Amino acid sequence: MSKKVAMAGMFTALAMILSYVEVLIPISLGVPGMKLGLANLVVVVALYTMGAPMAFAVSMIRILLVSVTFGSLAAMLYSLAGGILSFCGMMLLKKIPNFSMVGVSVAGGILHNIGQLAVAMAVVENIHLISYLPPLLVAGTVTGMLIGIVSNQVVPRIKHVIK
Amino acid sequence: MKKGDILLICAVLILAGAGLIFMNLGGKKSGGTLTVTVRGEIYETYDLAKDQEISLEIDGWHNRFRIKDGVVSMMEADCPDQYCVEHAPIAKVNETIVCLPHKVVLEITEGEEPRDVDA
Repeated sequence: MSKKVAMAGMFTALAMILSYVEVLIPISLGVPGMKLGLANLVVVVALYTMGAPMAFAVSMIRILLVSVTFGSLAAMLYSLAGGILSFCGMMLLKKIPNFSMVGVSVAGGILHNIGQLAVAMAVVENIHLISYLPPLLVAGTVTGMLIGIVSNQVVPRIKHVIK
Repeated sequence: MKKGDILLICAVLILAGAGLIFMNLGGKKSGGTLTVTVRGEIYETYDLAKDQEISLEIDGWHNRFRIKDGVVSMMEADCPDQYCVEHAPIAKVNETIVCLPHKVVLEITEGEEPRDVDA
C-alpha cells in the first residue's frame, strides 16, 4: 500500500509539472484559455498501471494543487467538471475491448473540453459559447491521439515496476 | 490502434467539421448592436455605429471595452486570467468576448439596421 501511495504521489508531481509546462506553450485556435491537456498523459498511464481509484485520486489532487498554486479558485470549478467527466469517460471506454489507449485518451481529451465549456456556458448563461466547441473537439482529438500513442509506449515499460 | 479508436476519432472530427460548416453557413453577418450581459442578465446594449469607450464598474471589479469602426475589443479588465483582453476583436453576429471571472459577456447582435462594414 505504501508503495502505491508513493507511486501516486510521484504521478501527481509529474502531472503538476506537465500542467505547468503547458502554460508556457500557448495555443489558441481562437479559443481563450485553450491548453494542450498534457497532464492527461499521467492520468492515462496511471489508469492502465495503478487502476481506476488511484488514477482518479491523481487526477483530482492534480487539479486541486494546480488550481491553488498557478491557477485560481474560480478556474478550479471548470477543471473539476472537465476532470471528472473526462475520467468517467475514460474509465468506461477502457472496459470496452474495442478501444486501445489511443481511443481512451482521445475520449478523455474531448470530454475534458466539453465539461469545461459546459460549466462556462452555465456560468455566463450564454449558448453562443458553443461556437468554441468545434476547435476544442479537434484539439482534444489531436492531443488525445498523441497522448495515447505515448502512453502505449510508456505503459508496457513501467508496468512491471508498479504492482 | 483498434477499430473503436479509429471510429471514435473519425466521428468526433466529422462532428467538429459539421459544426464548423453549420456555424459559418451563409457567411457571417456584420452586426449592428453590442449586447452586454452580466451574470446572464442583459446589462446594456450599444450601437456599433457609434465609436465609444465604456467602463463597467460592478461589485468592485472593472472591465473597459471599446467600440471603434463597428469592431469591439476588451481594453482592460482586472480579472486574473486576462483571456478577455487577449481575445481577438469581434464584429460579426453571435461573436462573443467572455470575461469568465466577472461573468461578463460582450456579444454582437443584429440590431435594427445591420450595416455592412466592408461595403
